[in-house]
Amino acid sequence: MRALLLRDLRLAVRSGGGFGLSLAFFLIVTVLIPFGVGPEPGVLARIAPGALWIGALLAVLLSLDRIFALDREDGTLDLLATAPIPLEAVAATKALAHWLTTGLPLALVAPGLGVLLNLAPAATGWLIGSLLLGTPALSVIGAFGAALTVGLKRGGLLMSLLVLPLYVPTLIFGALAVGRGGAGADAATPLMMLAGVSLGTVAVLPFATAAALRINLR
Amino acid sequence: MMPELGKYAAEVTLAYGVSLCLLAALVAATVLRSRRVRRDLREMEKRRED
Amino acid sequence: MSLWEYANPVRFMALSGRVLPWLAWGAGLCIAAGLFWGFFLTPEDYRQGSTVKIIYLHVPAALVAINGWLAMLVASLIWLVRRHHVSALVARAAAPVGMVMTVIALATGAIWGQPMWGTWWAWDPRLTSFLILFLFYLGYIALWSAIEEPETAADLTGVLCLVGSVFAILSRYAVNFWNQGLHQGASLSLDAKENVADVFWWPLLVSMAGFVMLFLALVLARTRTEIRARRLHVLRLRERME
Repeated sequence: MRALLLRDLRLAVRSGGGFGLSLAFFLIVTVLIPFGVGPEPGVLARIAPGALWIGALLAVLLSLDRIFALDREDGTLDLLATAPIPLEAVAATKALAHWLTTGLPLALVAPGLGVLLNLAPAATGWLIGSLLLGTPALSVIGAFGAALTVGLKRGGLLMSLLVLPLYVPTLIFGALAVGRGGAGADAATPLMMLAGVSLGTVAVLPFATAAALRINLR
Repeated sequence: MMPELGKYAAEVTLAYGVSLCLLAALVAATVLRSRRVRRDLREMEKRRED
Repeated sequence: MSLWEYANPVRFMALSGRVLPWLAWGAGLCIAAGLFWGFFLTPEDYRQGSTVKIIYLHVPAALVAINGWLAMLVASLIWLVRRHHVSALVARAAAPVGMVMTVIALATGAIWGQPMWGTWWAWDPRLTSFLILFLFYLGYIALWSAIEEPETAADLTGVLCLVGSVFAILSRYAVNFWNQGLHQGASLSLDAKENVADVFWWPLLVSMAGFVMLFLALVLARTRTEIRARRLHVLRLRERME
């Protein structure tokens, strides 16, 4: 499993692996928002938590297809399915690798982008915290969506249609935690709910992912 | 015949119109597809018997 | 004689063929009667005026929309556990019906909300949950139509339906947490004080019975079509092989 994790990390970081792309995408979305809604600092500060969360979510979404698609194309996935480690563990490991190369860096650069959107300084800590707690759920749910559509030729659009509704609870709790944290209100409750969603999905969804992979590899 | 709907007549008729149209479309789609598949299947089975 | 006998497509076709006309006529009669009664013969509400008549569409459609997903969930579970093909096809057949009901519930709600709340749309928890339910239906149907191999499609959509159900409930709670709503509480509950008045209640009941029967009739008819379509597909493949 560690070998698989390291291999996925190396593939992602290598040029063409798409590691920097999702970060660049996050940056561009954040830059575009003020063009859309106007530059008034008050408005930007008001929408910054939600805008940053949606940007991060879309950045995660765009990088999902690399979880399984390439391995499916070159046959690695078939080998993994017959490997001695269970497919559930493969699914969990690949989601972890995806999180390490997408969710974690997104959480780390988010405060810098928060400055662009005039995010309340008090909210910065909550932003990092909520992204750190919430993006694992995004990666695990995304791995499930990627496993469902891995056999399809043009699965990308369909995958967004399937995955985005599943992102609703994570987005609600994440953005709420940042917003409330910035306003000095009680942000611990949504943050705990967010952690609950992440823990629940991390515990359960690898099984669904593995089931979907088995069906697709049949 | 029409009941007195008061100032909300447009809303009420619109709601009924939209809903009944949607239901009619759903039923029509179901019936049409059912007919087409049934006809194709009958043709196919007849062809196989010959 | 157990219920599972009807998992056999031949038996299912025989039984459903006999039941379907009754259901269809019952649905037509009940809906016509309920809507006629509601539209022409009920008084106006003292606060809502004549817009109260929209309830005879809105509540039954919403009821069927939610229970349609529930039916899909049960059918998917039966398919994944016991591998009865009819069950998978029932789930497939129910999805578009449920989706149209969701649209009706949303549309009538919007038309009612415009004069009553002064807005077509509010991000109220109930409304938002229904919109999310609509998205789930959309994704489910899209996945069915995207996969060519029927068994794979049935399996994958089954898994999606299970996961989606969990997330639908989760979203419901998240949305409740996110915004307190405008929407009135349940129109129907066992607690009589919460209920709507009797004059509105009886036509509503008839209309709900009609919508439920319509749902069952449409699902049966669509399942029969799917069974025939699958047989047609197999025959075509066989013909190509010969």
